[in-house]
Amino acid sequence: MGCIELMDYEILLSNVSFKEGREFIKGNFREVYEVEPGYKLFDIYLIGVPPILVGVEDDHVIFPYLKPCRGTFVLKMKGEEEIGRLRS
Amino acid sequence: MNKKALLLLGCPEVPVQTSIALYLASRLKNAGMDVFVAGTDAALDLIKVSDPDGRYVDVEKMINLDECIRALAEKRTDFDLCSVFVHNDAGISYLATMHQISNARLFAIIFGNDAESLSGQIDFKCDKIVAKTVHNPNPLKKKIEEKIKEVKRWAVSN
Repeated sequence: MGCIELMDYEILLSNVSFKEGREFIKGNFREVYEVEPGYKLFDIYLIGVPPILVGVEDDHVIFPYLKPCRGTFVLKMKGEEEIGRLRS
Repeated sequence: MNKKALLLLGCPEVPVQTSIALYLASRLKNAGMDVFVAGTDAALDLIKVSDPDGRYVDVEKMINLDECIRALAEKRTDFDLCSVFVHNDAGISYLATMHQISNARLFAIIFGNDAESLSGQIDFKCDKIVAKTVHNPNPLKKKIEEKIKEVKRWAVSN
């Protein structure tokens, strides 16, 4: 997973379609933000079909991460700075 | 200055991708465009091995997929034409992302067993070239040929 691999993350969902990942975030998190494709989160640029949903739970960010051969993963990572940017 | 074309490859699991990418690169190069190719390491290796002397794609114009997205999102580069290879859900996501982060004229090269269903999911403006084919490159080649004359005229226009 490139640079993400070096970070501390939890995989909540793996090998799903982008739409399934979006529905998972929408249905499981109360605080959700819509961002555009190419939005920078941590050190990556989000890939997907708009609207891309990013969830927030406590001090963690929940977001879709795409691999060309393996589909969409939904990852959960600690990111207070990212949350501040999403809320602003 | 030549116009710049980007071929954005998907996962190379569907055999027609590499041959159509090289075919399209050849045609765009003949049309006077500078051709760049972005893809995963495996997708780029297939191109490198199939085109060892760089007749169709120069090695220095091959770009790691993540790096390509990064450069486009940071507005450090852009292209005049972008062809995104789509044969799965991830391909649709990359196509939608290119639509958002690039000003390039956008083409979707849609193939594989789910070509028609994938094509139906695209609800934004782009030129679609669609063929339900996995191993046989000729249906896609034929459809590209139908389009390439117009692209050649466009490539030399201002």
